[in-house]
Amino acid sequence: MATVPVILEPRAEELPPESAAADVMAFLDGGLDRLLERAGGATAADVDRSVRASRRGLDDLAVLLSAPAADRLEDLAAAAHELTVRRFGRVVRLFAPLYLSNVCASTCTYCGFSAENEIARRTLSVDEVGAEARALRHRGFRHLLLVSGEHARIVSKDYLVECVRAVAAEVPSVSVEVQVWDTPTYRRLVDAGCEGLVVYQETYDRRTYAATHLRGKKRNYPWRLAAPDRGAAAGMRHLGVGALLGLHDDWRADALTVGAHAQALVRRWWRCQVTVSLPRLRPAAGGFEPARPVDDRELVQLVCALRLVLPDVGLSLSTRESPEMRDGLARLGVTQMSAGSHTEPGGYAAESEAEPQFEISDTRSPAEVASALRRAGYDPVWMDTIGPRRG
Amino acid sequence: MQQPADADHDHLVIAGRPFRSRLFLGTGKFPSNASLAAAIAASGTEMVTVALRRVDPTASEDILDALPPEGVLLLTNTSGADDAEEAVRLARLARAAGLPTWIKLEITPEPRYLLPDPVETLKAAEVLCADGFTVLPYVNADPVLCKRLEEVGCATVMPLGSWIGSNQGLRTRAALEIIIEQSLVPVVVDAGIGAPSQAAEAMELGADAVLVNTAIGTAGDPAAMAAAFRLAVEAGRRGFLAGLPGPARAAAASSPLTGFLS
Repeated sequence: MATVPVILEPRAEELPPESAAADVMAFLDGGLDRLLERAGGATAADVDRSVRASRRGLDDLAVLLSAPAADRLEDLAAAAHELTVRRFGRVVRLFAPLYLSNVCASTCTYCGFSAENEIARRTLSVDEVGAEARALRHRGFRHLLLVSGEHARIVSKDYLVECVRAVAAEVPSVSVEVQVWDTPTYRRLVDAGCEGLVVYQETYDRRTYAATHLRGKKRNYPWRLAAPDRGAAAGMRHLGVGALLGLHDDWRADALTVGAHAQALVRRWWRCQVTVSLPRLRPAAGGFEPARPVDDRELVQLVCALRLVLPDVGLSLSTRESPEMRDGLARLGVTQMSAGSHTEPGGYAAESEAEPQFEISDTRSPAEVASALRRAGYDPVWMDTIGPRRG
Repeated sequence: MQQPADADHDHLVIAGRPFRSRLFLGTGKFPSNASLAAAIAASGTEMVTVALRRVDPTASEDILDALPPEGVLLLTNTSGADDAEEAVRLARLARAAGLPTWIKLEITPEPRYLLPDPVETLKAAEVLCADGFTVLPYVNADPVLCKRLEEVGCATVMPLGSWIGSNQGLRTRAALEIIIEQSLVPVVVDAGIGAPSQAAEAMELGADAVLVNTAIGTAGDPAAMAAAFRLAVEAGRRGFLAGLPGPARAAAASSPLTGFLS
């Protein structure tokens, strides 16, 4: 029934040898099992050493994600807090997702937009997209992330280029989280005013990936994995990666691999700012049940561990999380947050009937999020960009 | 930076060629060819660098005569070059003379501290890499320059610990840490290493190798000093692979940072 066979092993043209994606594939075939064993066998002394280390690597990430490290959560938090303040200051950058379309040709078992779900579908016109951007600008936002379902004809390259251009006319910082494209298309988006590319691999576990992506172009795992490399080659300044926590039944495996991916991107694309997102699965149309929900303590441990091992990498948190978790995690390593989000197309400039991608948990307005950050001693930053690369 | 590996199978690979020794030797400042040959043997090195300007095929005893015929790679250096054009010319002369095409790219326009010129070094590296040379550039400890050199195809980067011949050790330590963290090619700390302990320090930081000359060439007993450096480099490397513990930190936070979880 699948229109596209699942592709888990890379073809050379899809996965250049000198790429972060190739590094991740090598990691999956070699390092990951060893690190999972490392996490499984970690002792309190190992945790102590990794917390105290002045430089940390993926071995430390395994140790810091281990069960003995969970017993030292406050120590991890103290070290992560200190490192975050030193590297980023008491600052959280705010952004908003702008949903273009919930039309989707792919079947992904966990997603509200999945093609089989009988939901109200809508694709904004370019003018409507501009109106949404204007409404968000009036709420203070200068960083917008354009998000869309995957449909190559309805959410086409030309449409995306026009949307980026319309939004770039309103705000200085535009990023995209849409279906993955080739390098020339990413170059067109950069030329139109896009400075960032966000691509979640969803899960790095190839078996789980195949089991949760049933139809559509997204079934090509290596092509998706190498999208950040293509975006960087096209001139994107910011690269975002992430794993959907709860999709794979071993969250540590996905956490280690997203760490390895971020590390590889930082090293291969040293001019780019890399950000890791840590979305937990939320209720959505389709009623998907997480294979293994990640609880609050585990998410905190993960934020601290990633901060300690990747001190320069941004960590992004969405409104999927509760106000309490978001305010708490801002002190431990999170550097950017969405706020006041709508996850359906339309909804900022006017009410929308379209179905959201998932339910949000933090329903505070952007102004309320900003004042909560200020009360905690943090500066909510709306504007932090010099715009996309030119020429 | 290379990932830590098993200490017993820990080879450094540069441009596809494995090296068991992580100590590279400069050949200037030795009192005699005999003492140079003895130091090379005692150091266990597999790569020595020779200034092309010191090579004289017409002399009765040339510096190349001190070098063992096998097992040690000759790295011609462009020392004396003031700019990219001169360095490229010297490298091509070396190739024409039948020397290996591995080049230590060294462009030092000012004669007092012999500090490398970053602009000319990058220009020359681009030309030489495109021309098929294996290029190992001597540079200041500048992390961005090192990334740029890596991008044009250099086989290593060789940042200085302090300026040539100064014996001042790792004055650039903080920048070296960044270079080692970021580099995708081996990092060789070159210049300024004046004592075995300083070589060990570079290796503990995670450097892939060190290049030493003055400290060995001007020692009272060059061969004995070469042996001491051999041990120091190996000790530092093993320490790095074993995973050095960090300093203890004072315990902190008056109010818990994870209180929101309760």
